[in-house]
Amino acid sequence: MFNRTAIAPLEYTRKLWMRSWVALTMLFLYAPLVVLMIFSFNDSKRNVMWKGFTLKYYEKALNNDSLVEAMVNSLTIAFLATMISLVIGALAAVMLWRFRFPFKGLVEGTMSLPIIVPEICLGVAFLIFFAKVDWPTDLAWPLNLSAITIAHITFCFPFVAMVVRARLASFNKEEEEAAKDLGATEWQAFRDVLLPHIKPSLVAGALLAFTLSLDDFVITFFTSGPDTITFPVKVYSMVRFSVTPEVNAASTILIILTVALTFIALKYQGVKGIAETH
Amino acid sequence: MSGAMQDWKSQKKPFAAVATAPIFWLGLFFIAPMTIVWLYSFGQNAGPADIDISGTLDNYKRATEWLYLSIFLKSLAVAALTTLICLIVGFPVAMAITFAAPKWRPWLLLGVMLPFWTNLLIRTYALMALMGTNGFMNKGLGGLWDGASWLWVLLGMQPLEAWTPVQLLYNNFAVVLGLVYVHLPFMVLPLYSALDRLDKSLIEASLDLGAGHFKTFMKIVVPLAAPGIFAGVMITLVPALGAYLTPDLMGGTDSQMIANVIERQFKRANDWPFGAALSFLLIYAMFILIALQSMRSNKVKEAR
Repeated sequence: MFNRTAIAPLEYTRKLWMRSWVALTMLFLYAPLVVLMIFSFNDSKRNVMWKGFTLKYYEKALNNDSLVEAMVNSLTIAFLATMISLVIGALAAVMLWRFRFPFKGLVEGTMSLPIIVPEICLGVAFLIFFAKVDWPTDLAWPLNLSAITIAHITFCFPFVAMVVRARLASFNKEEEEAAKDLGATEWQAFRDVLLPHIKPSLVAGALLAFTLSLDDFVITFFTSGPDTITFPVKVYSMVRFSVTPEVNAASTILIILTVALTFIALKYQGVKGIAETH
Repeated sequence: MSGAMQDWKSQKKPFAAVATAPIFWLGLFFIAPMTIVWLYSFGQNAGPADIDISGTLDNYKRATEWLYLSIFLKSLAVAALTTLICLIVGFPVAMAITFAAPKWRPWLLLGVMLPFWTNLLIRTYALMALMGTNGFMNKGLGGLWDGASWLWVLLGMQPLEAWTPVQLLYNNFAVVLGLVYVHLPFMVLPLYSALDRLDKSLIEASLDLGAGHFKTFMKIVVPLAAPGIFAGVMITLVPALGAYLTPDLMGGTDSQMIANVIERQFKRANDWPFGAALSFLLIYAMFILIALQSMRSNKVKEAR
């Protein structure tokens, strides 16, 4: 990194001002998160002075039933939404990639709308929709999460479709034809030839959908009822009404979970592959 | 291309197998809710839980009153300022990633992307904790102030009065800073992908022929990276315009944006038709922005 050869004209990254700029940007991006994580171990109600190491806020957070319930709800919704988005998104990608059909441009355009429409408008739309159709709200767990899960699938599956379709572009159709010539049925050709080809994009799409669902606050805020609190909605009300160090502890757990998921994705895809999905 | 694609009529069964689920979902859980909102925007409250869709335009008329129009314009200004700051901060970062040694590049990219994967609410909360009156930002500013005071004394003048923590949160400054914090990764990634595709020998040629780094940057790098710049601007501007969480948590009474006004119609004010009209106006604004962008990229294609 600090070799002494002269800086070539295009080695902008080796210039001092460029390095400081990147370092400052990274500091801006990471300092708040790092401070939050460090101070979740701080033995003090007020956040600034370091009073000694403690795990008591983790204990408190894990003993806070409504917080744990919100976390379980969030993970359940994210899991269900990811699975269903994966199926619908992959089907949508195959549909758009393989077939010519009437109003194709319209279908394609409409499918990108949930990505473009502001979250607040989508949240409002689901609030009105579920009120209008009298969606039952008193079902047993996990069925009471169905409204939120449906809303999440609607904004997750177009992302999955996008990622899978990009991967399908590199598929050699002759492989599928060869399989059929050799006697494979439509389904066998799909399962044994196409599916293995799009598998990396399915992993990437699933991770994207999972994070999007886990991350969503605005749309959930409009679709959740008093018994269906998710983690972001819970943290929101804790931040709003009483800031407690428990939030730091719970947030740290979620950050570590996110980082772990990202590194699992890295193992599967390589850093470059992850970069390309965004 | 079209030759390789199959007509749906020749493959009815496989087509039905793949098309049913996505089209059904899109129709029932996206088109239907949006249509109901659209219809409500032409309605009026007829009872506590009853909305009469009468075809009235009153909601739209009310939305164009100065009170709401000014909030709309302010949201646009805040989103534009956020986008501009993201562009200025993000461009050198994208350049640095592009010209970094190959073994460093993926890690720098990951460094920019990891916050993007982290929960938005947690990031906003973390930034708020740092900016509070007892937070580190105030401590840092206090330290600078003490240093200035010490310098003052050294120069033989009266020391400055003691540092009082300033209110960094709950104002427009906090909203813009929060939006920049959240949206910076959105800007860097498209910039990087445009710069990565750029032919580096053009920059070398410009430098060899005597142009300085700044001139080369303005005349070669910026025009060639234009598609990435526009993509980055759109991808930052559109969500920033509809931002709800940042102005709600970090803003003061005078820094609410259009999304906060919409939320209030559905929760506290309980005026659903008016809220529906406001959300459709926001959607139309997005469409105009996207249409402008696609017109621009069509022009670029024609020029080539």
